[in-house]
Amino acid sequence: MKTLESSRCRKMLLAVACAAPMGLAAAEPTDATRDITAIMKSAFEDKRQATLDRLDQDETQKLCTEARDQALPAVVAKKIAEINLATVKPPADGQYLGDWQNGEVIANTGTGLQSSDDPAKPNGGNCYACHELSPTEMAYGTLGPSLKHYGKLRGQDPAVLAYAWSMVYNSNSYAPCSNMPRFGHRGILTEQQLKDVMAFLFDPASPVNQ
Amino acid sequence: MALPARSTSSLIASLLLALSLPLAAEQTSEEAIAEYHAMFGDENPAELWQLRGEELWKTPRGPREVSLEACDLGKGPGVITGAYAELPRWFEDTGKVQDLESRLVTCMTTLQGLPESEVFAIKFGDGERKSDLEALTAYVVAASRGSRISIPLDHPAEKAAYALGESVFFYRAGPHDFACATCHSESGKRIRLQTLPQLTTKEGAQAAYTRWPAYRVSQGELRTMEWRLQDCFRQQRLPQLKYGSDVAIGLTLYLARKAEGGEMVAPSIKR
Repeated sequence: MKTLESSRCRKMLLAVACAAPMGLAAAEPTDATRDITAIMKSAFEDKRQATLDRLDQDETQKLCTEARDQALPAVVAKKIAEINLATVKPPADGQYLGDWQNGEVIANTGTGLQSSDDPAKPNGGNCYACHELSPTEMAYGTLGPSLKHYGKLRGQDPAVLAYAWSMVYNSNSYAPCSNMPRFGHRGILTEQQLKDVMAFLFDPASPVNQ
Repeated sequence: MALPARSTSSLIASLLLALSLPLAAEQTSEEAIAEYHAMFGDENPAELWQLRGEELWKTPRGPREVSLEACDLGKGPGVITGAYAELPRWFEDTGKVQDLESRLVTCMTTLQGLPESEVFAIKFGDGERKSDLEALTAYVVAASRGSRISIPLDHPAEKAAYALGESVFFYRAGPHDFACATCHSESGKRIRLQTLPQLTTKEGAQAAYTRWPAYRVSQGELRTMEWRLQDCFRQQRLPQLKYGSDVAIGLTLYLARKAEGGEMVAPSIKR
């Protein structure tokens, strides 16, 4: 066992997982991102739909992890925006706006993709966790900007709709390392759900615009 | 430590009432807790866990039929006063950095000879199924009330665990791209009406860390830091954090160090 273990360690570029008992991180890893992923995977286990592969990072997640809570260098911000803007798929039928009433339900629903959630139910968008939307819903969070009167203030110019679609489809296309999930790109919400959320933001009859 | 019977029964009453307490969506978390205190005063159902933990600590158990009174939590065998305020820390005998929960597991398996499967049978209590680990944790933590958090990071393994914890705090992953930092690196923010502590600052970390473990009104359970962390990762849409893993201990050490100097008030009451 010991021999096996040390030969495995010798083969690894990064000694970190073998350096100390308990998998303690070495002080100066040469590739922090790869190291930490391996350590994370050893400290977690699959739980229903929340499987270990969720700990793998795409390039955006790696770059944003490296930035920590510091301002992004302009060149990194540009790169992340480019990578993510390229993922945005406009609605197949060209219609950005769906049903605002269903959009309101999505904005109010906080479940979806947690190990404790029922995978048979549609995922929520949980917009109210971070944003003010309808003036009558007082239980809103403040991690994101207020979206009250979103459509009323902006109108429905095609460029305005396309920009908003990009933000809900993939927030990092215009806001690199945003706290907001990339709802379309990561498959959290379906195209139809995104349209419904868009309608909640833009429809003149939506409570958001009252 | 012992509680008069009258007080215990009123605590049980509080507990039952607490379970049916409507925590209105229109209240901030602070208002909900203030309302709880207005109804129940300073009584905290966590005391029920503390009492059971004290009994578990002092009663000879396991194949070796010994109590945990020889358990060394870092300040010498049997010393619990102030011990939690100096955890996690390096332990020579195990060659590991350990938090309170993983250290309790060590004592239960090595001193008392309890099999790990039995110790881990109920990590987190649920209704009638109560966790011994949560009760023991409540008892030991309460003995640090008034103690100031002291995490000197003297041992190289403690420094490494801190560095790991910091890396984990900023690690973005999962379908939602969430990291601990997503919700806990800005001041004055909320999720819905739940105020978020900024854990990267001393003030924010002290306010949060000194109040865990806590009695969770919404769950009717005493929850420990191990529970708190694995539940944060659940909400991050990540897999299950393993109990006592190096990531759990590193993250706890990172938060404890950020809260250096804070005065422990746990077990507290949370929504």
